[in-house]
Amino acid sequence: MTAAPDGAPQEHPSWLWRNPDPKPSYDVVIIGAGGHGLATAYYLAAEHGITNVAVVERGWLAGGNMARNTTIIRSNYLWDASAGIYEHSLKLWEGLAEALDYDILFSQRGVLNLAHTLQDVREGIRRVNANRLNGIDAEWLDPQQVADVCPIVDISPDTRYPVLGATYQPRGGIAKHDHVAWAFARAADAMGVDLVQNCEVTGIDVDRGRVAGLRTSRGPITAGKVALCAAGHSSVLAGMAGLRLPIQSHPLQALVSELLEPVHPCVVMSNAVHVYVSQAHKGELVMGAGVDAYISYAQRGSVHTIERQMSAALELFPIFARAHVLRTWAGIVDVSPDASPILGLTPVEHLYINCGWGTGGFKATPGAGSVYAHTIASDAPHPLNAPFSLERFTTGALVDEHGAAAVAH
Amino acid sequence: MLSVPCPWCGPRDETEFSYGGQAHVAHPAEPDALSDHEWSDYLFVRDNPRGPFAERWCHSAGCRRWFNAVRDTVTHSFLAVYRIGDPVPEIS
Repeated sequence: MTAAPDGAPQEHPSWLWRNPDPKPSYDVVIIGAGGHGLATAYYLAAEHGITNVAVVERGWLAGGNMARNTTIIRSNYLWDASAGIYEHSLKLWEGLAEALDYDILFSQRGVLNLAHTLQDVREGIRRVNANRLNGIDAEWLDPQQVADVCPIVDISPDTRYPVLGATYQPRGGIAKHDHVAWAFARAADAMGVDLVQNCEVTGIDVDRGRVAGLRTSRGPITAGKVALCAAGHSSVLAGMAGLRLPIQSHPLQALVSELLEPVHPCVVMSNAVHVYVSQAHKGELVMGAGVDAYISYAQRGSVHTIERQMSAALELFPIFARAHVLRTWAGIVDVSPDASPILGLTPVEHLYINCGWGTGGFKATPGAGSVYAHTIASDAPHPLNAPFSLERFTTGALVDEHGAAAVAH
Repeated sequence: MLSVPCPWCGPRDETEFSYGGQAHVAHPAEPDALSDHEWSDYLFVRDNPRGPFAERWCHSAGCRRWFNAVRDTVTHSFLAVYRIGDPVPEIS
């Protein structure tokens, strides 16, 4: 790890990268220093030798959805296109701490997706089979096997929504989101990438169908290529270049409990009662559910949404009844019509887009970064992100993961 | 939780309502005449502004009537409510 000046603790993030002023010109400017933006910068430098790169960020590094997600990592998606990109990401996760020389607390503790209805059971078994055909680890568990993996799940048959089984991906798990961002930031910075914080993009200049540069709160920046990576604010940015996206921005809320002894050994997700729960390394129970219904950029949601996800959690885990909520929060997520990302070229030359990850972008951080870097470097999509083009909404070749892959991410 | 001002019932809790997304999206008069791109726009693309937004709500656990509202997507405050079929009110 980088040595810190005057004996400051090594892990303190402020020493891990420079804090430069923006230069007047870059080969590539990435908008948004969240996990995806930082990973994209890292792979541009590490795999494509493109280091005259800036990542511009309106707020502070990794302070948006990267600081607000529930850190679940899995790749058990139904459709081949999704399996391809999410499994690529999971494989990168498996070597990431070593590649970045930083402990990201990646814990492959297993992900259970519970089934509560006959339809859930059929869909789950179908998805296990589809995953196996794609070389992804997947098992179908009966209720007793669910309890063997996660003893605190209530599998008794007399609950309102009894557990009838679950899909299980043992390689799934969680990671420490802050460490992931810091690791990518440090590595990208070391290769010469400028991470420019407090730099809000106020305009995107397009000249004869080709991107020319940006106007920012810290002055204009000329750019050979511009890569949008702004999650919930993608529509606002794309609008600056004259593009309308099939994206709707919603609040997605999550919550943590007070610190508890280790009680929950894996990740449990349920679509039917709609909650997902894991226990962070420090000991908080981390829970999330679905988005608030309305369009919002406010980074806050409605309390009844939290109430529903807690009641769902109690249905599954009666042991949580006396746990106290420590805090709740919301991030603004970019929801696409088919619940799949948009990652590729745009109608504006040398302007690229990565958005639409909705409620599930964290798990894709390294995978999306690597194929986005490829797309930017070669001005053509990588085979893994080719199915996730913006054009698919015109051609009709949707990658419809709604309902297919556990809508909850 | 939002307090939604139903034009018929007055302000009520958000849990009584369902959300209908962007208002004033008319079905194309001649769908056959649309290009694939135009059809895609109609099917999949909606405004997603940061700021005032004209949207539909239904008071599904109350009077069960649909209405339109202009709501700010940053502050969540309702700037106007009006009947289906009426034009978007001027917001000062």
